[in-house]
Amino acid sequence: MSIVTVQLGQCGNQIGFEVFDALFNDSHCPGGLCSKRENEAYQASCKERFFSEEENGVPVARAVLVDMERKVISQTLSKAARSGRWKYGQHSCFCQKQGSGNNWAYGYSVHGPRHKESIMNLIQKEVEKCDSLSGFFIIMSMAGGTGSGLGAFVTQNLQDQYSSALKMNHIIWPYGTGEVIVQNYNSILTLSHLYRSSDALLVHENDAVHKICAKLMNIKQISFCDINQVLAHQLGSVFQPTYSREGSFHYRRNPLGDLMENLVPHPEFKMLGVRNIPQMSENSLAYSTFTWAGLLKHLRQMLISNAKMEEGIDWQVRPPLSGLPPLGKMSVNKETHFNTSIANLVILRGKDVHSADVGAFKDPALYTSWLEPVHAFNVWKTQRAFRKYEKSAALVSNSQSLVKPLDMIVGKAWNMFASRAYLHQYTKFGIEEEDFLDSFTLLEQVIASYCNL
Amino acid sequence: MEEGVVNEILQGPLRDVFDSKQLITDISGSGNNWAVGHKVFGSLYQEKILEKLRKSAEHCDCLQCFFIIHSMGGGTGSGLGTFLLKVLKDEFPEVYRFVTSIYPSGEDDVITSPYNSILAMKELNEHADCVLPIDNQSLFDIISKIDLMMNSGKLGAAIKPKSLVTSSTGVFKKRQEKPFDAMNNIVANLLLNLTSSARFEGSLNMDLNEIIMNLVPFPQLHYLVSSLTPLYTLADVNIPPRRLDQMFSDAFSKDHQLIRADPKHSLYLACALMVRGNVQISDLRRNIERLKPSLQFVSWNQEGWKTSLCSVPPVGHSHSLLALANNTCVKPTFIDLRERFIRLYKKKAHLHHYLQIEGMEESCFTEAVSSLSALIQEYNQLDATKSMPVEDLPRLNIAM
Repeated sequence: MSIVTVQLGQCGNQIGFEVFDALFNDSHCPGGLCSKRENEAYQASCKERFFSEEENGVPVARAVLVDMERKVISQTLSKAARSGRWKYGQHSCFCQKQGSGNNWAYGYSVHGPRHKESIMNLIQKEVEKCDSLSGFFIIMSMAGGTGSGLGAFVTQNLQDQYSSALKMNHIIWPYGTGEVIVQNYNSILTLSHLYRSSDALLVHENDAVHKICAKLMNIKQISFCDINQVLAHQLGSVFQPTYSREGSFHYRRNPLGDLMENLVPHPEFKMLGVRNIPQMSENSLAYSTFTWAGLLKHLRQMLISNAKMEEGIDWQVRPPLSGLPPLGKMSVNKETHFNTSIANLVILRGKDVHSADVGAFKDPALYTSWLEPVHAFNVWKTQRAFRKYEKSAALVSNSQSLVKPLDMIVGKAWNMFASRAYLHQYTKFGIEEEDFLDSFTLLEQVIASYCNL
Repeated sequence: MEEGVVNEILQGPLRDVFDSKQLITDISGSGNNWAVGHKVFGSLYQEKILEKLRKSAEHCDCLQCFFIIHSMGGGTGSGLGTFLLKVLKDEFPEVYRFVTSIYPSGEDDVITSPYNSILAMKELNEHADCVLPIDNQSLFDIISKIDLMMNSGKLGAAIKPKSLVTSSTGVFKKRQEKPFDAMNNIVANLLLNLTSSARFEGSLNMDLNEIIMNLVPFPQLHYLVSSLTPLYTLADVNIPPRRLDQMFSDAFSKDHQLIRADPKHSLYLACALMVRGNVQISDLRRNIERLKPSLQFVSWNQEGWKTSLCSVPPVGHSHSLLALANNTCVKPTFIDLRERFIRLYKKKAHLHHYLQIEGMEESCFTEAVSSLSALIQEYNQLDATKSMPVEDLPRLNIAM
């Protein structure tokens, strides 16, 4: 089954390119530590999900590119074409000239309705190319105007028009300080709207990925390209084909469906995070070896101590003794806190993967009381290695790890809202104070729900 | 409203850049009288101006904003310029109006400049989306500093001629230039950098509408203090990070502002940093972290930074930075203007030149000065919050 990707705004398009590039390069990586037949099946499965074929044989990404000004899309198209290995469909783009001015209201209330037909038509065309549709992967940022506002509008329309297809929104959480001054307003409006119309929100935080670039990849002058490549690597490790059953050589056919089934058991809890280890510069990779036991131990501790990378993990955090209730409800202000999960999915790729023991993840102490580990935890193991990593372990989790960032954003937006600053820019385009209040209410609800796990 | 300047442009090296059909001139000028510019020439030329504007607008696929460039102290720029502002607002309500205004310096040779400026300020308050105030004295000081640096040879290696922000032809000595050319060049570079992200690619683009969205928290507070760095580069092309960081530090020093202002010691409402050249997000973040502690931001916008990265540097430089600040440090300029106005108005000096124009009454003056006072009061109220501790407001309580 195929996934149609919708790339929105500068962020969405810049990331989208890196994601397709990573997926393509990985699937054409020589070797892969498995048999030729397995490799070919892997390639075919990746292709079915993400690429369609054109007459001259060059794979075309199953994507629709949307932006309200031209520059980024032109760049994205030409970068892909230049690589010569894959490309975007030349008619898969929708562009305007004026931008959204970092204004969520403009993206949602002006661009949305004005261009709804054109954009949905493009998506329809892409859907028709699929033999069967697993769902939509929508890449967007929360801080700007197009990705956030128009992204929320498009997602809503996808829900109306394709009610049986799944939607996963990949959301970029802005840096804590200053990319965009109104980023907190744009974020709360985006999150509250997506919570109503999307099936799952997969979040990447700029601050976290930036640290990975600095500490693990040893990049001195970090650019957005570096950040996006790390991000794409993490997404690739989740979305590339995995075996449907242990020991079988058939790859799963419904990636989005399987992800949702494992990770979103309850519609009140939709916020997903991804961690992937090991992640390092290519130079260091040549000199490192890993064991599954070591990787899984680190990954588990990263989960329960809410670390986003494998350096600086707090090993003091421990799960509460089983049988006893957790030590008091989670308070957003406590520094070290045990991160309770609703659901976890571990995806392992590489050598001797079948010997990897994930028992530690089945500990009921990791999970909330109303879900048994047998339902809350799943593992997918695939022999075929991911990119140049002999062993690669990814963890997608639905846990409390995004509560603190969410709380911060809501807090800052609330303070700004109390002073009424910038509101005239939103009311000008039909987003009233009431809409803001609705958003605040919904998000406070989400925060409370996650805190009470 | 007189022909000399426009004719010079038509005979100069840029004559082909301007469409001669889009030029409007008159003979006698406005006599440094805002009322003549605004009321007399306004009504005389309104149709003609509108017609030419519409013609220009038709050529655009998507018109985003107007740049109005004028001085506040004279008659035409100030009077007719602000008249046009209202016309643009009525005729093209969706198009943003960016105004670059040259404010009169302390030693200004136009006696009536306080009247003209105050009358123009009222229009700017009401009809402009965003104003970049600039004053001649600051520009002059910057030029003098550059001259001093060059002449003292302090910088060791020779400065590349083309590397000066102010030099256009590569000849930095023995200018046959007009006296204001070097100063105007700085303003030109300001506008260049403002639009760079819209014209060139970059990893974090910023359009003009984003400037207004992020830097204007309340409609009346739309005055932005600007600073441009570096003003020259050294021959050494390989800029190590410390020099790059120096560029950021300079942007906040009062010597680099294009108006008499000290943003570091006043309150920031918002700040935008537009970077050009080989600068990455990590450099930007590092400098924001470094400079933040020494700057004061208003309580509801503690992280009030808007940033942009454009890959293409300006000619002759490897990187550059334009900082736009919505900061209470504009207040002294306005207070100063009001003082000068009051001194003149108390004696009713030169008032008859204005009142004899049809449509002008004393109420025009009093309304204008109270509009300015109201603006100053807004800034005062913000300044009062400067030293107060920042507290988080109680949040919504959700019943579980």
